[in-house]
Amino acid sequence: MKLIKAIIRPDKLTDVLRSLYKAEIRGLTVTNVRGHGGELEAVETYRGMTVKMDLRDKVMLDIGVSEPFVDATITAICDSARTGRVGDGKIFIIPVERVVRVRTGEEDMAAVTPV
Amino acid sequence: MMRRFFFSALLLLVVTVQSAFAQEAAEPAISGADTAWLLVSAALVLLMTPGLAFFYGGLVRRKNALNTMMMSFIAIGVMGVIWALVGYSIAFGEGGAYFGDFSFLFLKGVLMEPNGTIPDILFMGFQGTFAIITAALISGAVVGRMRFKAYILFIAAWGLLVYAPVCHWVWGGGWLGEMGALDFAGGAVVHINAGIAAVVVACMLGTRRDYGSMAFVPHNVPFVLLGAGLLWFGWFGFNGGSALAADGIAAVAMVNTLLAPAAALVAWTFLDYIHTSKGTAVGVATGIVVGLVAITPAAGFISPFWAMVLGAIAAVPSFYAIRYRVRTRLDDSLDVFAAHGVGGISGALLTGVFASAAIGGADGLLFGNSGQLGVQAVSILAVLLYSGIVTGIIVKVLDLTMNIRATTEDEDIGMDISHHGEAAYNTSEGAVLITE
Repeated sequence: MKLIKAIIRPDKLTDVLRSLYKAEIRGLTVTNVRGHGGELEAVETYRGMTVKMDLRDKVMLDIGVSEPFVDATITAICDSARTGRVGDGKIFIIPVERVVRVRTGEEDMAAVTPV
Repeated sequence: MMRRFFFSALLLLVVTVQSAFAQEAAEPAISGADTAWLLVSAALVLLMTPGLAFFYGGLVRRKNALNTMMMSFIAIGVMGVIWALVGYSIAFGEGGAYFGDFSFLFLKGVLMEPNGTIPDILFMGFQGTFAIITAALISGAVVGRMRFKAYILFIAAWGLLVYAPVCHWVWGGGWLGEMGALDFAGGAVVHINAGIAAVVVACMLGTRRDYGSMAFVPHNVPFVLLGAGLLWFGWFGFNGGSALAADGIAAVAMVNTLLAPAAALVAWTFLDYIHTSKGTAVGVATGIVVGLVAITPAAGFISPFWAMVLGAIAAVPSFYAIRYRVRTRLDDSLDVFAAHGVGGISGALLTGVFASAAIGGADGLLFGNSGQLGVQAVSILAVLLYSGIVTGIIVKVLDLTMNIRATTEDEDIGMDISHHGEAAYNTSEGAVLITE
């Protein structure tokens, strides 16, 4: 099992969700986050005060999947979140020790397999 | 004795006739009451545009909130200036049946002389607030994708080439007014005019990139309600002030402006319950606006009872127009046509039904004058055709000379940051002050 953490553009979230749904990947958590990759900073001006916005709004997806779904998930996210410009995001794949489904107490593979 | 009586009777007659003449001569003089009411009305109508900014601003996504509100606010500046410099002369200059003239260019000779019973300059200012809100109404169709600079040029050209001439047709002594078309406060001039222009610009600009695949949920519904409330408040000046006097007609127009939207609100909520089994806040706000639009052409011509009937009936076509529009590829994003175009058409036609000469204007169908409905229909068609075609030409010319559409990248980031360098909602985390 792997935990896939993907950080993407907020305006791409709908596309990514649709793409994941098509790839039959269910069960995920979405968080609004702020961060900084390599993109050019945004400059804003308020009454003559020029401000450099170092942190950009991003969306982070946490998806727990079993091994056969790992590559499918990565492909689905990359295809739908890519614009080709700096700031498209990153995907981190992290090994998971143990997963428990709260409702049934099922563990591991059974817990990440959608009912 | 007899002679003396005769003499004093003669004297009395002379005095009476004299005072009658004096009164007649005083008629065109400025009335303090009328002037006071129009001063207030002009301020009320101006407030409608910030109200519209909140109404529209609440309906869009947060990344486009400022851009949407700015499209209303910039209209106050651009249209205000254009109107004073040239637009007023085109609309209210003597001219002919279709176009005014340039006699009032740069407000030449427009100052404190009476125009009716109010100062000329006040009439100009009051009308200017109408020009402003009309241009701002169109912005609801282009949110989230039209370049701000292109929008500014568009409303400037539109104000001169579409709004001012149509205003002349109806109120400036032009052919629709002469024909007897009833438009008390701007059903055709303001609402049908802006509604059809909105459809044309939205079509030519294309849909937002993710239109049809993504649901655009209003980012701040309390703003929508606040905006509807401010619009309603300002509309008392819009309709009440259009009597151009502080008199009985103004009172009727004002009460009608209270009752018709109230009835439209009730009807809209009823339809909401039928279709979604819930009374929605955005529905209430939209129902209010549609009711206000519909009563606009009729405000000073119909009795309050029929105003309520008119408001309730007018809610129906607009309600279904919105439900139908979202299923199409027409990205008239905030339903300017459904609310103002369809609402304006319902209002203009129903004016031809419920109008009563006992109140003002002419009799409608209900009072035996079936011809009025035809006149109303002609005025609707004329405005739809002229505004639609000329708006199309303006957009085409702009499109040939500049980019009118924001880039995909700008659209994705949001118009606030890409076109204004500001965000509606900020935290200061990660913001670094740049000092050169």
